[in-house]
Parts: sequence; structure tokens; C-alpha cells
Amino acid sequence: MRSRHFDLLLILPAAIFTLAFLILPLARLTLEAGSGPGGLAGFFVILTEARFRNSLIVTLVLAIVTTVATLAVATVAAQTLAHRKFPGRGLLLSMLTFPLAFPGVVVGFMIILFGGRLGLVGSVTKSLIGTNVVFAYSLFGLFLGYLYFSVPRVLLTILAAAEKLDPSLVEAARSLGAGPVAIQRDVVLPALFPAMYTGGALCFATAMGAFGTAFTLATNIDVVPMLIYTEFTLATNASMAAAISIALGLITWAALVVARSRAMRDVNGG
Amino acid sequence: MRIRWTTCAGIVITALLTLFLIVPVLLSVYAGLTVNYARGISAGFTLDWVRQVWGLYSDTVLRSLVVALLTLILTLLIGVPGAYALVRRGGRFARIVEEIVTLPVAIPGLALALAMILLYGGFGAFRQSTLFVVIGHVLFTLPFMMRSVIAILETIDWRTLDEGAASLGSPAWRRFVDVILPNVRPGIVAGALTVVTLSIGEFNLTWMMHTPMTKTLPVGLADAYASMRLEIASAYTLVFLVMVIPLLVGVQAVADLSEKRTKS
Repeated sequence: MRSRHFDLLLILPAAIFTLAFLILPLARLTLEAGSGPGGLAGFFVILTEARFRNSLIVTLVLAIVTTVATLAVATVAAQTLAHRKFPGRGLLLSMLTFPLAFPGVVVGFMIILFGGRLGLVGSVTKSLIGTNVVFAYSLFGLFLGYLYFSVPRVLLTILAAAEKLDPSLVEAARSLGAGPVAIQRDVVLPALFPAMYTGGALCFATAMGAFGTAFTLATNIDVVPMLIYTEFTLATNASMAAAISIALGLITWAALVVARSRAMRDVNGG
Repeated sequence: MRIRWTTCAGIVITALLTLFLIVPVLLSVYAGLTVNYARGISAGFTLDWVRQVWGLYSDTVLRSLVVALLTLILTLLIGVPGAYALVRRGGRFARIVEEIVTLPVAIPGLALALAMILLYGGFGAFRQSTLFVVIGHVLFTLPFMMRSVIAILETIDWRTLDEGAASLGSPAWRRFVDVILPNVRPGIVAGALTVVTLSIGEFNLTWMMHTPMTKTLPVGLADAYASMRLEIASAYTLVFLVMVIPLLVGVQAVADLSEKRTKS
């Protein structure tokens, strides 16, 4: 009985904090979303109103394309880096992962330095073909920004799985005459699949909710987080902003739950 | 052994990826130190931009440090006992609690900030204080501290340690402080570094929750990117990098250390 009291005492600060600053605010957010002029219909406004629906479609497509591209390059890079020892490997890994600590706005600025008006690509194309190619503020620039912050975390996840894959399996398949496509399809990808699944879902959820990068780059692209921001601050339409937030929150949360249950099943199923 | 073309392609793609991630960072460092970015190296180098950034934004740098420190203290006080309680209880209830506490990782920061503002926006003094931003940061970083401590608790035999101390007559509170805490120190250190790094870089929540008097470094950065010349924006980014890189090296070092410990 006494240990029960002690457990309660240990969890008390976390319980109070979570109740006051997470559960109650989220309840308030839900109330707000249902209190707009349309009442409960407010929850579905992201689907019923064309402007919001288009924004949701753009964001979904962007997040999916980012996820596919990130998985592709991260899987190749992970296989290249796993089981290979060379001088400077640690440094290379740090360089590949330290953008993890960058806030979204900094990632946006990196893309501006890359493809903005004074950007690297622009100055190269200017000297080569005479035109200053600027793409930082386009949908492509936004995609590169999302790729920039997605690659490090997904790479870490897949690299951990690739290190566990026994290289002799690949050697065996090769000595039996399997080509690179067959090796990937039958040996490597099945082993990496759980990590790709988890990493991909994480990547998708982050891309859906990314705000800082869009804030810096998307001057004329309305991704959903930007929509929430403009609805709340410029249109001062709190109930609309709340309804869209809840829709977005549900999408990202569901993506992560699916990833986790899938990862669990893979672990349990051997 | 001859090098296969697939290996070659892999090396090329990995190299391009590294360049994509690193070249903009180097450009930013260069732009922050050059006299005139558009004119190139010939214009020479200077620390003037960094000095100007310090004049314009030093308050945001200091506030970010204060916020990170307060966030760390709160996550330690709330997260470490909380993590131990969850591991002690175990079972379904603990999993549900963990799921709820971890929600801020899954929900976009913007939505959380909106929820906080809607509920506490009326409490003027709290809303306008730095504490409001700190609460937002604790909300977002607490799961990382708890996860880190839980991960270590799951690798040590805390029950035997706790029962051993109990059999010697030590009360529960003393056992937690004198026996459990020293044993989970690697988890606490790793969690603390993560919390501070995340707090210094947090933007999504902070942008919504800050007031003109409570700007943090990333908020100042967004401001500089929108309204200042490229050299100042870059110099400001440089200040951010200088603050964050030692923390990242620390995270890496702790990870390596604990890996070595589990191997030996």
C-alpha cells in the first residue's frame, strides 16, 4: 500500500502538468472548433470548403512525395554506409545527421541560400546559361526543404536496420547469381522494411505538420499549417483554425500510430 | 575485388546527399563572415555582421538560454520521477499514460500552441511572461526526457536495486534519490542534452506563443530572414550554429559512451 502512495507521488507532477497544459487546452481547442457559425459542421470544413480542401490536397501530395523521395535516398545511403569502414566515417555521419537540430526556419534559409535570388544554383546557372534560376519559393523549393529535414532522421532509422542485416546474406545471394534488383527485392528490402515503414510514417507526419520551413519559403503556397496560422492571426477566425488544427493533428497522430502498431507486429511476428 | 556499379551509384548518391545537406550550411557560415556576399571573396571578411547581430538580437540569444535552462529543470523535476513511476507500475495503465504524455510529439506544434493560447490567452500576466513559452517547450520536450529515462530503466534491474536498499531499511524516497537516480544517470544526461537542443531550436510552438517581449532565438531568426540583408541573417544563423553544435557533439559522445558500456 505504501509503495502505491509513493508511485502516486512520483507521477503527480507529470499528471498535473499534463492535465493543465495538454488535456485541458486540447479540450478547449475541440470546444472552439465546434463553436463556429457552422456548429459541429466546423469539424469537416477542411473537406467541405474548396480553399481548405485544395490546401489539404497540396499538403498531402507534398508529404507523400517527400516521404517517397526521402525513403529512396535514405535507403541507398544507408546501404552504402552500413558495414563499411573508412576514415572520416564518424564525421560523415555527423554531417548527415546534424541538420536534425535545425528549426524549420533555418532549413528554409538553407534552401534560400541554395536556390534563392542570391543562391548557389542561381549564380552557377547565371554564369553557365545566363539566367538566374530561382526555385526556393516554389513548390519544388518547399519539397527540397522538407527533404532537407526529413533525410537525417529517416537515414538514422534505416541505417540502424541496415547495420543489423548480415552482409553474408547479400554475398550468398550474389554468388548464387542474383542480380542487384533481385538482391534488393528478395534480401535487402524485406529486412529493411520495418525500419522504412517507421521512418516513412515519421517523415510523413513531420512533413504534414511542418510550419517553420513553409513560413520561410511558402510565400504563396498554402500548406495546411500555414493555413492554420493565417486563419488565426490574419483572419482572427479561431474556430476555423481550431477545426483545421484538429484535423491535421488527427492525420499526423494516426500516421504515427499505424507505424508503431506495424513495427510492433513485425517484431512480434519474428 | 572490382567495384560493382551499384556500389558506385550508392557512393555517388550518398556524396550528393551529403553535399545537399552541408553546402548550404557552409554557404551560411561564409555569408555571415563576408563583407559583401554578392561581390564574393574579393570583398574580404569581417566580424561586423556578427557584431550587428549581437547588437540587434542579443536579448533573443540570452532568452533562449534561459528558456532552455528552465525547460530542462522542469522536465527533470516532472519527467524523471514520472518515468520511474511508469516503469514501476507497468501494464496497461502506464502505457495509456505514456501515450498521452507523448501526444505532443505527434500533434503539430501549431495546434498545441493554439490550444494553449485559447485556454490561457485571457490570463494576461502568464500569457505575456517567458514562463508561457517555457511551458510550451516543456510540453514538447517532456516525452524525450521520459523516453530516455525509461529506456535506461528497462536495461537495469531497478527492482533488485530497490528491494536491496529497502531490505536495509531505506525509505522509498531515499531509495529513489540515492539508488535509482545514480543508476539512470546516462539516461538523464542523454535526455537533458536532447531537451536543451530541442528547446533552443523550437520554432513552431514558440512562434505562436511568443509576445514582442518574449522572443527566442529561432523567432528572431525568422524575423531576420524576412527583413534583414543576407549577411545579417547568415551571421545570426552562425550564432545559432555555435550554440547548437557543442550540444550535438555532446549527444553523440553520450550515445557512443553508453554503446561502449553495453558492449563491454
